[in-house]
Amino acid sequence: MSRACVAWLLALCAVAAVAKDAPPATADPVLEARMLSIAAELRCLVCQNQTLADSDASLAQDLREQIRAQLRDGADAAQVRRFMTDRYGDFVLYRPPLQASTLALWLGPGLLLAGGLTMLGSVLRRRARLSDAHFEPDRSEVLEVEGATR
Amino acid sequence: MTRWRFALPLLLFGLLVLALARGLRLDPHEVPSPLIDKPAPPFALARLDDAARTMRRDDLLGKVWVLNVWASWCEACREEQPSLLVFARSAGVPLIGLNYKDTRAQGSAWLERFGNPFDASLFDATGQVGIDFGVYGVPETFVIDKRGLIRLKLVGPLTAEAIETRIRPLLKALDV
Repeated sequence: MSRACVAWLLALCAVAAVAKDAPPATADPVLEARMLSIAAELRCLVCQNQTLADSDASLAQDLREQIRAQLRDGADAAQVRRFMTDRYGDFVLYRPPLQASTLALWLGPGLLLAGGLTMLGSVLRRRARLSDAHFEPDRSEVLEVEGATR
Repeated sequence: MTRWRFALPLLLFGLLVLALARGLRLDPHEVPSPLIDKPAPPFALARLDDAARTMRRDDLLGKVWVLNVWASWCEACREEQPSLLVFARSAGVPLIGLNYKDTRAQGSAWLERFGNPFDASLFDATGQVGIDFGVYGVPETFVIDKRGLIRLKLVGPLTAEAIETRIRPLLKALDV
């Protein structure tokens, strides 16, 4: 590849990088940052594996604008989240609240870990009590024995 | 007891299969709406066919009514239109459209072209009322009872089956 060609590609990359950093839709960077930090914890219902902050869906854009307007009116993050769950349910929260229906979700991983550790502990304790005859000898021990007999 | 210990992993595996099989049959796009049995959000919108006439939520209090959210840009709305037209003829309740994030010209032209099942369509250009109704996948259909409570929400194009099995029985039950 010629040098000019490489230069061209680099230039294109530079343009692409600049193009990606689109100016925020509002002139107030503080507000925008607050909006994005809230939106990053909310699920976009149109493309369910994206956050409201990431999604380009038109509903996500509208909802980001909703959040901006509410923040401008003095709402706090909890009030914005309430607005969203009132309309779309707890499903929009990436951090579901701790309640009866989400107990398994919150406690499940801990219980599984505790169960696994308990099982591991009991197996190890049982094996520690067994005599050497229950185990295959280590490879190094085998070599030593073989060396001694030779 | 110890004789049957070998069956334990098999049993756990069976439970896992059952749980996963159930997961396969659930539709993650069908999000349970928190609006069920809650009052319909208040609105005051101009009609699509007449910008001078405003319709409010409370105009419909005392009636069971059906709200269908549609738009001219919505492909799936075209799909449900035939069943909606059939339903409108025998619904026995007001069928109100919510023309969501559309333009008057395109919305009206769309009704002209594909048929108008609605007693009236509300014109929600900004989508604000749609947001208040928790709309995320047009078309959506709501059934609202006499007290103004939302009793049913269906997301996606209405099928004749959904109308017969979900909407009509509910209307019958509510209309006492």
